[in-house]
Amino acid sequence: MAYIGDYEIVIGLEVHAELLTESKLFCGCSTEFGAEPNTHVCPVCLGLPGVLPVLNEKAVRYAVKAGLALNCQIADFSKFDRKNYFYPDLPKAYQISQYDLPLCRKGKMRVMVNGEVKEIGITRVHLEEEAGKSVHSAETILGSDYSKEDYNRTGIPLIEIVSEPDMRSPEEAKAYLERLKTILQYTGVSDVKMEEGSLRCDANISLRPKEATKFGTRTELKNMNSFRAVQKALEYEAGRQEEVLRQGGVIVQETRTWDESRGVTISMRGKEEANDYRYFPEPDLVPVVVERSLVEELRAELPELPNSRMERYMREFGLPEFDADLIASSKPLADFFEEAAKQCRDPKAVANWVMGDFTRLLKAEEIEADRSKLRPRHLVEMLALIDKGTISGKIAKTVFEEMFATGKDAAIVVKEKGLVQISDEGEVTRIIDRILAENPQSVTDFKAGKEKAITFLVGQVMRASKGKANPALVNEILRKKLAGL
Amino acid sequence: MNLHEMTAHRLHELLKAREISSTEIVEAVFNRIEAVDGTVKAYMTLTREQAMAIAREADAAFKNGQAAPLTGIPLALKDNMCTSGIKTTCSSKILENFVPPYNATVVERFRAIHTPLVGKTNLDEFAMGSSTENSAFFTTRNPWDTTRVPGGSSGGSAAAVAADEAVIALGSDTGGSIRQPAAFCGVVGMKPTYGYVSRYGLIAFASSLDQIGPFTRDVTDTALVMNVIAGHDPLDSTSVRREAPDFTKSLVNDVKGLRIGVPREYFVEGIQPEVKEAVAKTIDLLARLGAEIQEISMPHTEYALATYYLIAPAEASSNLARYDGVRYGYRAKEAPDVITMFKKTRSEGFGAEVKRRIMLGTYALSSGYYDAYYLKAQKVRTLIKQDFDRAFETCDALVSPTTPTVPFKIGEKSGDPLAMYLSDLFTIPANLAATPALSVPCALSKEGLPIGIQVMGKAFDEGTLLRIAYTIEQNTDVHNQKPNLAGAAGRDAGGPAKDAGRAHDTGRASGKDVR
Repeated sequence: MAYIGDYEIVIGLEVHAELLTESKLFCGCSTEFGAEPNTHVCPVCLGLPGVLPVLNEKAVRYAVKAGLALNCQIADFSKFDRKNYFYPDLPKAYQISQYDLPLCRKGKMRVMVNGEVKEIGITRVHLEEEAGKSVHSAETILGSDYSKEDYNRTGIPLIEIVSEPDMRSPEEAKAYLERLKTILQYTGVSDVKMEEGSLRCDANISLRPKEATKFGTRTELKNMNSFRAVQKALEYEAGRQEEVLRQGGVIVQETRTWDESRGVTISMRGKEEANDYRYFPEPDLVPVVVERSLVEELRAELPELPNSRMERYMREFGLPEFDADLIASSKPLADFFEEAAKQCRDPKAVANWVMGDFTRLLKAEEIEADRSKLRPRHLVEMLALIDKGTISGKIAKTVFEEMFATGKDAAIVVKEKGLVQISDEGEVTRIIDRILAENPQSVTDFKAGKEKAITFLVGQVMRASKGKANPALVNEILRKKLAGL
Repeated sequence: MNLHEMTAHRLHELLKAREISSTEIVEAVFNRIEAVDGTVKAYMTLTREQAMAIAREADAAFKNGQAAPLTGIPLALKDNMCTSGIKTTCSSKILENFVPPYNATVVERFRAIHTPLVGKTNLDEFAMGSSTENSAFFTTRNPWDTTRVPGGSSGGSAAAVAADEAVIALGSDTGGSIRQPAAFCGVVGMKPTYGYVSRYGLIAFASSLDQIGPFTRDVTDTALVMNVIAGHDPLDSTSVRREAPDFTKSLVNDVKGLRIGVPREYFVEGIQPEVKEAVAKTIDLLARLGAEIQEISMPHTEYALATYYLIAPAEASSNLARYDGVRYGYRAKEAPDVITMFKKTRSEGFGAEVKRRIMLGTYALSSGYYDAYYLKAQKVRTLIKQDFDRAFETCDALVSPTTPTVPFKIGEKSGDPLAMYLSDLFTIPANLAATPALSVPCALSKEGLPIGIQVMGKAFDEGTLLRIAYTIEQNTDVHNQKPNLAGAAGRDAGGPAKDAGRAHDTGRASGKDVR
């Protein structure tokens, strides 16, 4: 959907990610999430009269690392600026941010959309401080009698990542966000949890006639709380703009908020009412000089990023591109896969389990792979049991679920639940004899050339053994018996 | 001589010799305050109980041999430096009842050596002004003539030291707010190099210009105060990582061979002849004592005032935006919504001059005007700084009048902001250049009003300034003269002392000090 009606869609994204530092950007207060309101505060982050900011060096390192992971140029000389506006959650009535000399600029990122690789430009990555949080007495600010302010979040370091208007569909926007999240996660600079607000996204979207070179008037979309919401909001907004244009109207440059429940975007304020932030250099901080040696040090610290991991999985483990990309797109999942795959003869089997049952169970529990009780060694052991014929592939599903739920070893689960495969010929023969006696019609069908009848009989044997009979053995004995009848 | 009239270094000798105690000095100072502050009105808040407690600590320190040169010496603080548990008002209605939960770095440093804090002194609201007439509460009087202003914005601190209501005091200087009142009150006042003294806890007016500095009765005491306050502070990112020297080493009565520049742009029309004469005489004195006097030119001086009145208000408009009524300080009543609350709070809480500067600064930073005003001003600031750099290629220091006039009458300029701004004409350039400058008394006018000479130096070369000022002091006798406040009314004398807004021992301190 790069086009809608006669128009091409143009999208650019602004992403804010909280950095994983222990303390805030300009004071020593903790950045812990979910504490009692106004317990992680001090005179500095409360903006009391007379206080001064002191820059957290780790935040600078993290921002530079994020920039490097996004293939940005790192500025030798950078500075902070004040962005002035009044709001109760902003104690100084200005946000310390970066205006014309951001830490990182001119980066790029590769994303895969519908099997095609697309390059998206990164305009800049800059460092700034979080605002506090207003808690309104009613659902909306206008309906509220009062609001309370929680300043725990005030001063937590953020990076703002601004993309070029390089995306041509809501799908691409979603793919960009997913890959960006993965890269930040890999780099270890942010925990990128949209539900905790540590990752937020605003989207700019405009339409232009096909073949046009100039951009159309854009609107800015806010208040999307998931990647899916970003995609949906963009889809809605593309449709809305197309309709306006088709009917000969003009797009108003404005900020629109996404109403998740109604699935529409609503105008918030027009450009003429927009704030004049009166940016100017922050006189309380000295400019940031990033030495080349620090950049090189941080570059060396960068972990292997998703694209190169994907390529390595194809090369080293012989995974198909689809599998390799899927697994590499989550660092915890990829770490899990790698640890297991290194200890297994059959990495593809590991990949299948990781992409299949494991991913399904993680989703159901809403956790990431690193939080799972089931560790890579569990999977390795279980695959060995399958190999040895101790359990069947079918039983393995049950074992896997049990290990996931309890964190017990595969062998113990098998023992406790009595899931050992029946590979004893005598026992299997006894069950087969009983099934054959109970199903004379199927035997007749088979003799009459209906090959399918044997599948039914195998199924009956497996059922009678509660799935524990060794399927290969069942097949072998059954065929022998049928041939002899 | 009475204890409250002595210099800090003289008091230290007596303390060290155990001839007197710090509690006695503090008692003497508070008796003096009782006697004259009803007239002078230097203080916003008095902290007698605390001062006495710290004086007792100081006496113990002398007993244990752990006393520093300023241990036990009564100190006054301009009321824009945060004091934990003690009201810090900036002489503004918007912070009338603000009690900080923390101490400014300079306060901590004095606390560590048991220097008793006498109280917090009056200023022009948020340090914006040159007379203390912009205080939201009352105007401080010049001890030499109580119909005249003490200068500003640190007028309360200057008057307190001049009227013997404190032995030493701190002020802050953004465009002359230490030097101009020092000159008007006949005391020594110094603005150190930007970055030498921590600004942590100094309520910001214009962050790139503000600097804390001392008011003292003589140059020796200036060196002693600098020894306490100068030096790196990790809480202030603009504080330089540089070890401060022992400033008393610069107290040398000798200027032989020093090259002293006299910038002709500082001797313009509009300077009162008496001021010009007094400064010229002092320059002659320096020449006689062996200094090489050179006339020089600093061509961008005439743009300093305009540059300052763009940069300082721009920074102030942002620094003062936090006073919105949400978290502390004054909040307007009966506002139906938050935007109205912001507007009413700020309209009612700030005085006229503060609002004027917020508006000027907001305008200068606005989209479409930024380049023409703020950015241009920053460029001119660089040119002014280059004037200084060039001057210091051939000179070790520069001298000029501190102010164009002797202290003016209360009310004389309060209706004319521009006339008031001109009072800082000679002091502003050093703030823009971030270089040190001091004012030392050099004469009394025929009417008996103090006249100060300004000495300006290279960044971090406070030593040369102290040396020149010390030499002037040792070879003149102005500093031995004191204002005559004998007939002054005491704090109970009624009239002016009943001004609203004066407080005693607020915050967690006890309320036992009654007027």
